Amino acid sequence: MGPSAALGATVGRRSFLAGAITVVPFAAHATPDALAAAVKEVTGGSPVHEGKVKLDIPPLVENGNAVPLTVKVDSPMTPDDHVKAIHVFNEKNPQPHVFNAWLSPANGRALVSTRIKLADSQKVVAIAETSTGEFWSAHTDVIVTIAACVEDVT
Amino acid sequence: MRGLPSAAMLLAVFTGSLALAQGDGRRSGYQDMGPALQKMQDDDTANPAMLFVQAGETLWNEKAGTAGKSCADCHNDAIVSMKGVAARYPAVAGETGKPVDLEGRINLCRATYQQAPALAPESDDLLALSTYVALQSRGQPVAPPNDLQLAALRAKGAGIYRQRQGQLNLSCANCHDDNPEKKLAGATIPQGHPTGYPIYRLEWQTLGSLKRRLRNCVVGLRAEPWPYDADEYLALESYLMERARGMAMDAPAVRP
Amino acid sequence: MANVLVSAPKTAKKGQVVEIKALIMHVMETGFRPGTNGRIIPRNIIQDFSATWNGREIFRMKMSPAIAANPFVSFSAVASESGTIAFRWSGDEGFLAEHQVAITVT
Repeated sequence: MGPSAALGATVGRRSFLAGAITVVPFAAHATPDALAAAVKEVTGGSPVHEGKVKLDIPPLVENGNAVPLTVKVDSPMTPDDHVKAIHVFNEKNPQPHVFNAWLSPANGRALVSTRIKLADSQKVVAIAETSTGEFWSAHTDVIVTIAACVEDVT
Repeated sequence: MRGLPSAAMLLAVFTGSLALAQGDGRRSGYQDMGPALQKMQDDDTANPAMLFVQAGETLWNEKAGTAGKSCADCHNDAIVSMKGVAARYPAVAGETGKPVDLEGRINLCRATYQQAPALAPESDDLLALSTYVALQSRGQPVAPPNDLQLAALRAKGAGIYRQRQGQLNLSCANCHDDNPEKKLAGATIPQGHPTGYPIYRLEWQTLGSLKRRLRNCVVGLRAEPWPYDADEYLALESYLMERARGMAMDAPAVRP
Repeated sequence: MANVLVSAPKTAKKGQVVEIKALIMHVMETGFRPGTNGRIIPRNIIQDFSATWNGREIFRMKMSPAIAANPFVSFSAVASESGTIAFRWSGDEGFLAEHQVAITVT
């Protein structure tokens, strides 16, 4: 399992792996199909329009274990017109869900911030469900870098 | 040059801190992080390390050991009595005449004055207490004590710092002195100043000590890490604090 | 008792939109990670988080294993009346944590 013999000053990421933590052959990965299926579960097949949703996530992530994420939706948040729910999905984690949040006019602003895990560079999708039955979305492609040296779990 | 957080934001949480930008070219690991992580560190209502500070404050006031004393019983309000303390460690403990780091000092107090058992290395309780104490040095300049014993320890630490080790045959200096701000497999190499410890490290998904980070690096070099109570860590920590002398403490920090 | 850090204003004007932040210590073990013995560490996450204002739900979130450890959530609420904002987290292994803050709305 040791790194290859001739090592110069530049070493590839895998040479630093003390354990096979990032390469897990038996873990399934979400696929674009799983992502689409998860989205469909929420939308029931209704059309999803791009817009009104702002997905704030750093384009370059220093560590995929805790990525700050904020979803903001342009909405008056009145009883007649408000965001009912925000659903966030990912493309390459072992499962496609990130979170679902339910809101109402009591929030005043359609805004949710949290920190998420991203296993790899991938697309993150946020979908807002409005009280008028519409679905609006935004997506971002995020590059995730990992720590160069992986320590033993002990 | 990467932009620094706004003056208002720094002031709001970091009152009294020396500018993180040293005129002499030294950079804190804080400056090597992106704005989202800097914001996570700056916001005391969102920094995950503050969960440990909260736990530490509770422990500070809790009676412990057969002596039934709390830290507060001797040290009263930590905000006053612990100000600047973490910035001065490792230091020589009066009781034993030997150098200790902050975690060692806490356990020494427990054994001597509380007659309480030592807290295990990297245990939640020990980290909570050391984080609570380290917070009281936020903004203070790193100020290792001038002491002959410590000078010898630092010299030993400087030697270890420059010593190549492990299958990768690299020394700390190879990365942190010769190649800081460059990338190592996608991660920015910091200069390696310990101003933020104990840190909430995203890689660990929890808070940890400088010792844990040093162990991490040694394992990363594919070298056998020294045992937890080894002198080498104390020597390295002493050297690193001397190397960072005058820089503002920003514990408890967030780091990737 | 769970280690919780909640940030909400103590006072607000009626109709003002306030920011509420909630941080809780929890390992959020995904259920996808192998341990040192090579076996998968079982999932242990918070699944549900909710907040009420004087008993009325103002926010609810379903968390997945993709939420980071020591989960942080921030949302807004319209200051309607004085009273209690209550928070509840529940999840695997019977995890349950509750917290309350008082708020005065003038």
